[in-house]
Amino acid sequence: MENYDLVIIGGGPAGLAAAISAKDNGIDNILIIERDKELGGILNQCIHNGFGLHTFKEELTGPEYASRYIDMALERKIPYKLNTMVMDISEDKTVTAMNHEDGMFEIKAKAIILAMGCRERSRGALNIPGYRPAGIYSAGTAQRLVNMEGYMPGKEVVILGSGDIGLIMARRMTLEGAKVKVVAELMPYSGGLKRNIVQCLNDFDIPLKLSHTVVDIEGKERVKAVTIAQVGPDRKPIPGTEERYTCDTLLLSCGLIPENELSRGAGVKMSPVTSGPIVNESLETNIEGVFACGNVLHVHDLVDYVSQEAATAGKNAAAYIKGERSNSGEKEIPITCEGGVRYTVPSSLRPALMDEKLTVRFRVGDVYKGKALCLYYNDKLILKKKRPVMAPGEMEQLDLKKEDLLNTPDLSKVTIRIEEA
Amino acid sequence: MVKELTCINCPLGCSLTVTLEGDKVTEVKGNTCPRGEAYAKKEVTNPTRIVTSTVRVAGGTKEMINVKTEKDIPKGLIFDVAGALKGVTVSAPVAIGDIILKDVCGTGVNIIAAGNVPLR
Repeated sequence: MENYDLVIIGGGPAGLAAAISAKDNGIDNILIIERDKELGGILNQCIHNGFGLHTFKEELTGPEYASRYIDMALERKIPYKLNTMVMDISEDKTVTAMNHEDGMFEIKAKAIILAMGCRERSRGALNIPGYRPAGIYSAGTAQRLVNMEGYMPGKEVVILGSGDIGLIMARRMTLEGAKVKVVAELMPYSGGLKRNIVQCLNDFDIPLKLSHTVVDIEGKERVKAVTIAQVGPDRKPIPGTEERYTCDTLLLSCGLIPENELSRGAGVKMSPVTSGPIVNESLETNIEGVFACGNVLHVHDLVDYVSQEAATAGKNAAAYIKGERSNSGEKEIPITCEGGVRYTVPSSLRPALMDEKLTVRFRVGDVYKGKALCLYYNDKLILKKKRPVMAPGEMEQLDLKKEDLLNTPDLSKVTIRIEEA
Repeated sequence: MVKELTCINCPLGCSLTVTLEGDKVTEVKGNTCPRGEAYAKKEVTNPTRIVTSTVRVAGGTKEMINVKTEKDIPKGLIFDVAGALKGVTVSAPVAIGDIILKDVCGTGVNIIAAGNVPLR
């Protein structure tokens, strides 16, 4: 069995940034395992611009952003295996994988970074009534077909769900000559970024119908029409509000789910809110030496933040491998979320093991206008940050300072909550 | 006249309030960075966009190469630019920054490659 200091599962933005950071922190014996035929992950099909504003102060396309990280990994001669599928991770950090050249093989790792990303919620998970004809795609599948393989999935399109990929595909399909008739969103607010509503829908006069869902799909061989209806506050369709759209294609952009089959198999504890691993300040799971970052941990809006988070995971994995982290039973302080904050990543912290600053990321459960984000150590208010608008589709973050945490006597909990401004 | 806009420069998506006197912008409020002000001024007078798309590649490791306008182009020309890319095929290898189409639709802006496709 081959031995590695660090095995990284996934060669997308999270895996690449984690590998580069681990290497720069003194770890040489690294292996990235990627199931696709190239590094870069989902960025390769995200041909729109807007990536990297924070990291590179430029607006890059997805492949351009990916290539910068791929180049950094190649410069550092970080080993990777493509076309390789990880089948299992065991609790003692043995990774079982397979590919065409090596067949099935096992490798032993001192540390593992989970960077498998996420997948789209499928029709089966949405319980949409109607027939099951051809012409129903997840927005990401359509994106891959159009942008990488050069196929148009259809000519007349209805989109269910206003996630960013759906909005981006509304514009993309329009530019390629399709007619996008409507975007229906179950919730009373959009799931995507405001900028995408403007530049992908408003620019092309594509209507967005909030509080609407698909109630029927017609067509036996191919989609012929889709009926949408308004929903009430209980999210149930309101009879009499049905509108029928003839179309040949239905795209689904109804949320992303972290892909954690491998993590679960290894015995990693999951958060029911994020569907990702529960991690501490080092982005380490309940299994010592197993770290997580990127969309496998929680779904991000911005790749820049994925890269930052992954660099933190890589640095902490390096410290773990080098035995630099004292594991002297430091008490884990829980980070609790209240008043509309749905979760935080990380969900606990040990101030002594933190960097000078810890970025805590989270989402809110509803649209909040003119409120404030409040940070408490025990019951003491540390920070009150006014936020004109907060929405579930846009991730929030607060920076916690190590010094403040260490200076709080008898620190037993950290709380983040939404309050009146 | 007062116009409400959402800045599209970055994912913050600041809500902008632009005050116009005739065609002249007299005030921009709500932006949190200089980009927002520049966007607001442009958006109410001469709105522009970066256009991204794909063209076919012959002899490469991939079927398609993604491309973009080197700079932003007038919003009204988005469909013309997309149309100009129909039927364009380039030969591998193609690298980021390679010019795919010069001066697209008389905008003075080049279409450049925004991805890499090595030779097969």
